[in-house]
Amino acid sequence: MSIPTAHAGDTATALSFQNLSVSFETEFSDVHAVKGLSLEVYPGEVVALVGESGSGKSVTSTAAIGLLPPNAYITGRAMVGGIDVVGLPENKMRKMRATDIAMVFQEPMTALNPVLTIERQLTESLELHGLAYGKDATNRAVELLEMVGIPDPRKRVKQYPHQFSGGQRQRIVIAMAISCDPKVIIADEPTTALDVTVQAEILDLLRELKDKLNTGILLITHNMGVVADLADRVAVMFRGSLVETGTVDQVLNHPVHPYTQKLLASVPRLEAVDVTGTWEPEPAEVLDPERKLVLEAKNLVLEYDMRGSKFRAVDDVSFELARGQILGIVGESGSGKSTVAKAVLGLLPVASGVLAVQGTNLASLRPKAARAIRAKIGVIFQDPAASLNPRFPIGDCITEPMVVHKVGNRAERIRRAEELLDAVHLPRSVINRYPHELSGGQRQRICIARALTLDPELLIADEPTSALDVSVQAAVLEMIQELQARYEFACLFVSHDLAVVDLLAHNVVVMKDGKSVEQGRVSDVLHAPQHDYTRRLLAAAPVPEPREQAVRREARRLLTELENPDS
Amino acid sequence: MKSDIEPGEQELVSLVEVEDAELARKSSQSKSQGQLVRRRFLNHKAAMISTVVLVVITLTAFTSIGFAGIPGWWGQSYLKSSSVINGGAPTLSLWPSWLGGPGFAIGEHPFGQDNTGKDYFALVMRGTQKSIIIAVTVGALSTCIGAIIGAVAGYFRGWVDEVLMRLTDLFIVIPLLVLAAVLGQLAGSKLGGSIFALALVLGMLTWTGLARLVRGEILSLREREYVAAAQAMGSKTSRVIFKHLLPNTIGVIVVNATFAIAGAILLETSLSFLGFGVKAPESSLGLLISQYQNAFTNRPWLFWWPGMLIVTIALSVNFLGDGLRDAFDPRQTKKTRRRTKKEEVSE
Repeated sequence: MSIPTAHAGDTATALSFQNLSVSFETEFSDVHAVKGLSLEVYPGEVVALVGESGSGKSVTSTAAIGLLPPNAYITGRAMVGGIDVVGLPENKMRKMRATDIAMVFQEPMTALNPVLTIERQLTESLELHGLAYGKDATNRAVELLEMVGIPDPRKRVKQYPHQFSGGQRQRIVIAMAISCDPKVIIADEPTTALDVTVQAEILDLLRELKDKLNTGILLITHNMGVVADLADRVAVMFRGSLVETGTVDQVLNHPVHPYTQKLLASVPRLEAVDVTGTWEPEPAEVLDPERKLVLEAKNLVLEYDMRGSKFRAVDDVSFELARGQILGIVGESGSGKSTVAKAVLGLLPVASGVLAVQGTNLASLRPKAARAIRAKIGVIFQDPAASLNPRFPIGDCITEPMVVHKVGNRAERIRRAEELLDAVHLPRSVINRYPHELSGGQRQRICIARALTLDPELLIADEPTSALDVSVQAAVLEMIQELQARYEFACLFVSHDLAVVDLLAHNVVVMKDGKSVEQGRVSDVLHAPQHDYTRRLLAAAPVPEPREQAVRREARRLLTELENPDS
Repeated sequence: MKSDIEPGEQELVSLVEVEDAELARKSSQSKSQGQLVRRRFLNHKAAMISTVVLVVITLTAFTSIGFAGIPGWWGQSYLKSSSVINGGAPTLSLWPSWLGGPGFAIGEHPFGQDNTGKDYFALVMRGTQKSIIIAVTVGALSTCIGAIIGAVAGYFRGWVDEVLMRLTDLFIVIPLLVLAAVLGQLAGSKLGGSIFALALVLGMLTWTGLARLVRGEILSLREREYVAAAQAMGSKTSRVIFKHLLPNTIGVIVVNATFAIAGAILLETSLSFLGFGVKAPESSLGLLISQYQNAFTNRPWLFWWPGMLIVTIALSVNFLGDGLRDAFDPRQTKKTRRRTKKEEVSE
């Protein structure tokens, strides 16, 4: 599939793959990860390689920089500025890294060496490749930091990674990647580990740099909003093959391949948002006096014990959750949203205030009664890889709550497990399998089944879909909705993804630094926010539509300018 | 792990469907982690050879001279003296006659005889029995104590951890050999010189390494979400520790148990050699070496047989431990076969 571009001729490509295939030899069988992929990235262009887990997108990019593990078997070509790097000896490959091809990693927390100053880490590649030494290298490092928007670079270049925030660290990683002026940068999920507002800033930076430096960027991502915000062209991968390539408008607005269509359909969208206008709130709906409160927090304060001193993670938060309702708690990392869930689960004591499940205050309960109330609460956690005991067969995982609360005999427990497997649309034969044989999405469905084993009154879902692929997320969300309609439990849904909360929840609490900044019906809070923080969150979340995203971006710029008129 | 597209699957366009189809396609035979470990272990050559060697030595030691009143197939007793034949030289000969040797023969006293004409084979076998019993008892005891102390310290953290770990430090800083010698002597005199007393004392002194390792494992495991899930569903602490945490440290525990056994054999040998362990007329490999250390120049077999057995047993147990570690943690033995082949690109 060739796309007409301004750059003609093969020599002009910054990076091109020709019929690249990669297979891995594993302990038991060979895995064919990439099957005959061809793709070009031209200078000054951002090509987004999108796909879900197992699609081979990361393997493709790793092949280009020559960092695949020794059991990989590669055929075809990966041309970096005219040189084929497939099978290139390590010493030659090493010379090309940083000067020809550079990488921005996903996790800024671990991509920098914590015991070296930023200066040492930035000048390292300059000195290794003989581009600048000593004072020149330091000056260049300061220049680079300035370019990526680190304030006061001359002073801060002497600091260590832990003295920078996550977003700043990612800026430094980007500075390292551009330090030797590479022909192509591979950005592997560069914003996935960041909060939305920080993500928006990093995307702005990348957009600015690509124009300034005329570097080709291969952007690996699963987030369609990021694609719409940054990419010029999009290549969609599915099970090791390219299924569709085209400009961002073609692919996102007029997808041809059924896989792309389905993938885009499963991205939750938060539309009709008014982030600037003032708006008259609808009259508050009259609360049904008969409604049954399942969970109630009054002036809730939660504290972590940090070696003697107390850290207040949640400060004076109140909310109510009635039967059959879903309450979303949204916020960025460190806002205390997961801490609330932890306290409801009894994993953290209540420091002050009231946290009551069906009218019983958790803090006043004796251990035995507290254990009994656990039977009424089900839980789904974020990481499907860690939330099932690897030594338990699936059947035992699902029926564990029955064993703990001594419900039913063996036959009844097996029957219950089968019922629940049907409910989460998994075959009954899974009962004797082990968690490692299941995919992430399937494991998360097992977690849902386990949470529902004892017919809970309350389901706590702590970021249940943030580790999942978009289409898997859609399936899991649909399942939660379906089960909630059937069993009518109340659900506390903690998420950083506003679109997911919009899709699922009835009411929402927006949290920032442990405090609730805004709460109410989803239709009010997420569509006509009154608080600036909520507005900023909404404006920062990218939407998978390039034109709409451009509008959103402009709105965000206005919002930030309003707040900091001097900058 | 199959990634090839099966017929009729091309039209699947969603990851969920693909994954579910793959799950349905998998053979109904599912492998637990235990089965995977077993398979890797059976493929580990050094470990398998060591296992066979250990089984042969153990079987020979226990069946030849009998155990606990059951008579064995070897006719002579380790207690009965008889006249010394040919200076007590071994009658075992493995050098076949067609190579110019005396021919294959076992003879009356294959390992020779000691000063008083006791059959040395019977003595060495008795010593091997005792050494194995002590080693296994010590291994089991120190593993249990170490695992439980480590698990409790790692799970509760805080002051419980402080107290238990300082206790562990205390055991580590006192020289093991001195403490074992004194306590072994005490226990021996109180309990009539039984080797179990010695084994109990050694077991209670050698759990420290495992306790620290298990504590470290538990500290990281307790942050996993399945532990939080178990706590959130109201599980008792004992259930969380014994059902969710300890079974997941089984790799560390099993591997270290084998090393504890090898260490115990050597520790018993050292103690007996120094005269603080097993006492005559009872026999142990270390005691035999100690008794005949002066005979090394003129009757070297009295030294070689027990020496060889100690080394063989300790080495085999160590190899076994290596095999188990590789089986539990396959990442440590990655295949390093790099294949890169360039194929012409059809353009």
